Amino acid sequence: MGFLLNTRVGQLIVAVVLFAAVVAALLLIAKATDGVRERVRRPAMVAIFAGPALLLLALGLIYPFFRTVWMSFMDARSQSYVGFANYVDALTVPSNLIGFRNTFLWVILTPLLSTGIGLVYAVLIDKSRFEKVAKAMLFLPMAISFVGAGIIWKFVYEYKGAGQQQIGALNAVIDALGLEPVRFLQDAPANTIFLILVLVWIEAGFAMVILSASIKAVPEDIIEAARLDGASPWQLFWRITIPSIRPSLVVVLTTISIATLKIFDITRTMTGAKFDTQVLANLMYDQSFTFGNNGLGSAMAVFIFLLVVPLVIFNIRQMAKNREVRG
Amino acid sequence: MTAAVTDVDSSTQAADAAMGGGPRGSAATSARRMLGNRIGSAIALVIAVLWTVPTFGLFLSSLRPERQIKGTGWWTIFANPGLTLENYEQVLGGSSSTNLSQYFMNSLVICIPATLLPLALAIMAAYAFSVLEWRGRDVVFVGVFALQIVPLQMALIPLLRFFNDTGAGSVLLYLPLWIAHTIFALPLAIFLLHNFMSEVPRDLVEAARIDGAGHVAVFFRIMLPLMMPAIASFAIFQFLWVWNDLLVGLTFSGGQRLIQPLTAALAALTGDRGQDWHLLTAGAFVSIVIPLVVFFSLQRYFVRGLLAGSVKG
Repeated sequence: MGFLLNTRVGQLIVAVVLFAAVVAALLLIAKATDGVRERVRRPAMVAIFAGPALLLLALGLIYPFFRTVWMSFMDARSQSYVGFANYVDALTVPSNLIGFRNTFLWVILTPLLSTGIGLVYAVLIDKSRFEKVAKAMLFLPMAISFVGAGIIWKFVYEYKGAGQQQIGALNAVIDALGLEPVRFLQDAPANTIFLILVLVWIEAGFAMVILSASIKAVPEDIIEAARLDGASPWQLFWRITIPSIRPSLVVVLTTISIATLKIFDITRTMTGAKFDTQVLANLMYDQSFTFGNNGLGSAMAVFIFLLVVPLVIFNIRQMAKNREVRG
Repeated sequence: MTAAVTDVDSSTQAADAAMGGGPRGSAATSARRMLGNRIGSAIALVIAVLWTVPTFGLFLSSLRPERQIKGTGWWTIFANPGLTLENYEQVLGGSSSTNLSQYFMNSLVICIPATLLPLALAIMAAYAFSVLEWRGRDVVFVGVFALQIVPLQMALIPLLRFFNDTGAGSVLLYLPLWIAHTIFALPLAIFLLHNFMSEVPRDLVEAARIDGAGHVAVFFRIMLPLMMPAIASFAIFQFLWVWNDLLVGLTFSGGQRLIQPLTAALAALTGDRGQDWHLLTAGAFVSIVIPLVVFFSLQRYFVRGLLAGSVKG
């Protein structure tokens, strides 16, 4: 008994067995219910198959959603109503405003840069002999956690004072060029840009895979026709390729924007949100779990939600449209 | 979570076409011509190098002795030769403050149930939303789909408080982590699996029903086998998502280092001992080795899974 509760493997075994037992029990009940008359069977089946998931969603997403909205209008310990005070705080206190400013920078730059790089790369390696390997190289960072990527790049950005031997790859290059080493992560406002590049490094592979498939789907006869009409490669790219893959471009851009709005791990690992690198999601975490201010933390969560909603709606509408076009 | 998702069918094809290198591609060929083949290849090469060298540098550094990592760059390996496994010995078996092996175990213990549980619940729910017929089904399904819009951040405090109030984690320490990951995975999982299940021809189900098969039989004999590729893709995606997650791991471990995942331990190590590159490089590599193995061995499913759920959370 002790082994099961006091060791990690024990807990794992208990969990898996427990969970298998619950699922087995549900399915056994379902099997027994299969025999009863239709009026009882129908609702019972729905309850058995969909019930557990719906129950968890109600408990873990729907109720928390309303609770968080409510808390954002309450004080730090959720005891008295404070109106919009938390929202005013969020939008007026300078340290919070830095978070908004940086998040804005992140959301503008990350999608544009990753999509741009992904598109250029997809075009360049298309139909080359090494296409498969080349794609894997760009896509690989997607497998790595934000924390892992943060450490990888912190090492690349590592700074040692002038005169010392640089162990960070970037400062070593700068040193070799005879320039002063740069404090990539400490000096604001450029440090936010260097953090953004880490996310670009991760997301470019995603953009590349989607856009590459989309480029391959452009009908060959359209391009052939345009070429016969004397279009230059440049014109072909801007007038045929780009308009043809526009739906995919929009989806990639919005998808990366949504992910960027919630960025948390990179800032936390690389700078700890110091040196003016604060972002919204990290503000939310700090306020709620470090400073115990549930009111302001909840208001930050609501801000993230409000910023995500239009992007998601736009994204879904675009995809519905894509589907119609495709038939 | 949302997004690329809606188009899972096409993104699945995209994954196949994209990673396999499709048969045609005249649009790109002509665009490449405009850049000139030489310059184009050079640009592609530079990008490819920028995208792989940092990871390689980290890996090589993790094999260098502490004094050398701290004093010289990894590219000087030929001038300062010497490879060692000491760093790995220290992060996998050294003194307790720098030993990451228990966090590695934590990550596994968190990941396995946090993958199986949402998968099983979502497959069952998908069955209810695609095969079973009941009033209000479509409305509820749209509701589940809409939940993808809610950012994780909106759910953290109330859900954490619920676990604390009910003492959910007092016997099974990891329970809050398992449940939280399950909940956050469900909307996407149900949506994706429902889409796959809806594509199974209705005649197949009808025929089995007429032959007297109950729902459980249809579920096991028809749906599950046909769904295996979709299930594998989602399982891989969810496993990696949980493995790489920091936010949920930090929040629902309640700050207890005892049960924190590897990512949280690494983030803490970066904060406390930011200059100990011999530990950070080896530790980071230990944390990315599992995703890398999955990447190289199951690339096809991996890409599908990632594309299907690229914006969860």
